Amino acid sequence: MENVIEMLHITKRFPGVIANDDVTLELRKGEIHALLGENGAGKSTLMSVLFGLYEPEEGKILVNGTEVQIKNPNDATKYGIGMVHQHFKLVNNFTVLQNVVLGVETTKRGLLSLEEAKNKVIELSERYKFNIDPDALIENISVGMQQRVEIIKMLYRDNEILIFDEPTAVLTPQEIEELMAIMRQLISEGKSIIFITHKLKEIKMVADRCTILRKGKHVATVDVADTSVEEMSELMVGRKVDLTFDLGKPKLGKTVLKVRNLTIHKEGHGHQTLDDVSFDLREGEVLCIGGIEGNGQSELVYAITGLLRDYQGQIFLNDKEITNSNIRFRNVNGIAHIPEDRHRYGLVLDYTLEQNLIMQSYFEPEFQHRGLIRFGQIANYADKLIEQYDIRTGQGRNTLARSMSGGNQQKAIVAREMERRHNVLIAVQPTRGLDVGAIEYIHQQILKHRAEGFAVLLISLELSEVLDISDRILVMYNGRLVGELEPQNTTEQELGLYMSGAKTEKVTVHE
Amino acid sequence: MNNPNRKRFSLTPALPSLISILIGLLAGIIVILIADSSKALLAVRNLLLGPLYGIYNPNQSSLTGIGNMLFFMIPLLMTGLSVGFAFKTGLFNIGASGQFLAGSYVAILLARKLTGIPNSWRWLIALFGAALAGMLLAGIAGILKAFRNVNEVITSIMLNYISMYLVNYLIRATGLYDPLKNRTLPVQTEIPKFGLDKLFPKSFVSGGILIAIAIAIICYVLLYKTTFGFELRAVGLNRHASRYAGINEKRSIIMSMALAGLFAGMAGGMIHLAGVGRAIQVRDVLPPEGFDGIAVALLGLNHPLGIIFASLFMAYLKVGGQTIQTLGFAPEIINMMIGIILYVSAMAVLIRKLLSIRAKKRSETKTLDNSTGEPYAAYDPPDPGATAAAEKLPSESEHINNMATSVVQEEIKENNHG
Repeated sequence: MENVIEMLHITKRFPGVIANDDVTLELRKGEIHALLGENGAGKSTLMSVLFGLYEPEEGKILVNGTEVQIKNPNDATKYGIGMVHQHFKLVNNFTVLQNVVLGVETTKRGLLSLEEAKNKVIELSERYKFNIDPDALIENISVGMQQRVEIIKMLYRDNEILIFDEPTAVLTPQEIEELMAIMRQLISEGKSIIFITHKLKEIKMVADRCTILRKGKHVATVDVADTSVEEMSELMVGRKVDLTFDLGKPKLGKTVLKVRNLTIHKEGHGHQTLDDVSFDLREGEVLCIGGIEGNGQSELVYAITGLLRDYQGQIFLNDKEITNSNIRFRNVNGIAHIPEDRHRYGLVLDYTLEQNLIMQSYFEPEFQHRGLIRFGQIANYADKLIEQYDIRTGQGRNTLARSMSGGNQQKAIVAREMERRHNVLIAVQPTRGLDVGAIEYIHQQILKHRAEGFAVLLISLELSEVLDISDRILVMYNGRLVGELEPQNTTEQELGLYMSGAKTEKVTVHE
Repeated sequence: MNNPNRKRFSLTPALPSLISILIGLLAGIIVILIADSSKALLAVRNLLLGPLYGIYNPNQSSLTGIGNMLFFMIPLLMTGLSVGFAFKTGLFNIGASGQFLAGSYVAILLARKLTGIPNSWRWLIALFGAALAGMLLAGIAGILKAFRNVNEVITSIMLNYISMYLVNYLIRATGLYDPLKNRTLPVQTEIPKFGLDKLFPKSFVSGGILIAIAIAIICYVLLYKTTFGFELRAVGLNRHASRYAGINEKRSIIMSMALAGLFAGMAGGMIHLAGVGRAIQVRDVLPPEGFDGIAVALLGLNHPLGIIFASLFMAYLKVGGQTIQTLGFAPEIINMMIGIILYVSAMAVLIRKLLSIRAKKRSETKTLDNSTGEPYAAYDPPDPGATAAAEKLPSESEHINNMATSVVQEEIKENNHG
């Protein structure tokens, strides 16, 4: 079979870092070629090289058998290479059509003329069943639809080689299915796809071949059909990864967090109502709140941590009522919180790693004396955490949080929250966007925490995570708790029924 | 690899400022050449020698010139601190002029009215009052920002006018008006000279400069060495994350703004208590000191210690401008040079980028020579997405650039109006 793209022996260095070390990738015509690797393994760098964003020090690129120089994204477009970026590059207050033609506008006597373009967009939309309205504003359509606009952008430019950079990270399971179908249709029409991901299940579903990178090096290129998920994950991480844990019976202690009749009224801000939510959380227990995104889990966490204050009901922490307490009080009296949005809440991106590691404890006597910061103590503490949690950075504790990779940013938050004085850990999607190695690590930490007698409230959208590491599951649907399940006695299917609201039961708290 | 534990002192962050100063000076020299080439050489010399030349009498010691420079430095330093401090905590204090004016008025009021208090320490109360006035005025903008999320740029511009008209009214209402000169009555109370007048004879020098420098150093310690400063800066960088970490972000915003106002208010107090016969002119014009503060802060990279040097430099230029005036050149040449320096520093982003490209090239060749590197480094290169995002975010200078442009426009409008 002929190769449409050959990237041969690519080496790309950054100061102090070899991001791609002699990497070779060959894309055949009409295949879906997965590019697999941990966070920071060099996938994005390799694609940036192909897309003309970086120039490699060594190696060459062949398109349809002839060597080419790709110096910028315009060159890439010239050779029919298009990319759907992980973070969409769309103008929010432009229409779908305007976004599609941006850069290749059709004109008549110097004036914009979009009739033809519009017909082409409608035709593409129909052919691939995108069901997209060319006149809708980007800001008014869903994330899944926005992704389709990105795909139409590539098709409109007649790109033959399509790069999808972690396209499923932002999609719901339903949308993922649809995307897979679209990808299959695209290759059936002779297009070729590079599919960047670290979700092995998806590779199994659609990819023909898979190239695996580890620490910037090319590890293997395998036929997906002949390779098991376990083998691929081992190639990616470099060791056996075990995501199944033997939990053992929980050693339950006293109740540390009590939530009673928590209710939040909707107020036009898109806040999902919380409707009479009550539960207990005990020492040594991992309680998971499962549910599809947007069913009130975030609001529940915000209410417990104090980020949202407009609620009715009561919250007790270690037998103290904290219903009206401020955030600092809750934090120093036992709540640790790994937030859902690490860039909004979790980190001050322009602070250094060290400063971020003490965000929740800079006021403790250990780190300050009469208001003056004790820099030496902080440095020691930061170095300890960096070593203990294996946070990898360019400049140690003085690295800006902004320049760290997503996985290491998450590790920094996990380290900060787990190491400070607390007895309730609220972890919201602690593994979102992480590769299996990092997921395994964070799960281990949570379970270690549980074994040490801490209470963990886990909020997760991943069914497997919900089932694997929790002692008890409460399912949330439309702001209410609709089911209490034991992971040993339930299946993904049953969980799914509760999560979609097809099955509900009354959940009561046993006093 | 460099040891990350060791912080090295380096001039690199100040390079863009130094380069813009150079460009500004060159432009000034070119204008001087065009204006009158016969005296150009003399003018350039005088300009560069500035205060060292001894402006009023060439036979006199140049210490007088330095003393004058130190006097001019006071408002530049204090308003520079006001803008720079606010900026480091994520706020843009464009209201330094109004706060300066409010401080000036209260200082004059207290200095003239508190006759029961001995002159020897009446200045202290007057200065304290000035600080309080600036603080209260800026505090309003802070409160509106904290509780109503009203942009502080808008409120502090509005407050400039409120302050101006209110002060003009109050000067008459409280009997401080001198109708002959259309300004406030003279003030006898003054900040002690702490012996500076002996050191710099026959100059305007005031003890205020020592207080101002002390405040700049305190400001530095506050921002970088205390938990309070840690909180203020955190709120400035990410309000949400600060709230999540239990910081009272509303209080922080109000405190930042109030402290910025305090510095500007003190600037007003210091000038009018300097014993050089300054008075508030009763007209509908905002004092230019507040806008000078933006230039100083920008040049000093918003860092309290940088601002000390930036204000020193600006004051040096001001004195230099007076010397070329005696040769028949328009003193506006200096304002023009300051304007160019301001614009060029606003392009600091560009300059920094050029510098960093050079630095990158150099370090890249270095890694090639020594390509072993750290073992983990290869595993985890900087996330290109994150870097791209970082580049997209408006940096400090870019932000202040936009602001500065609007301020300059504002100022021009102001001058036309006046």
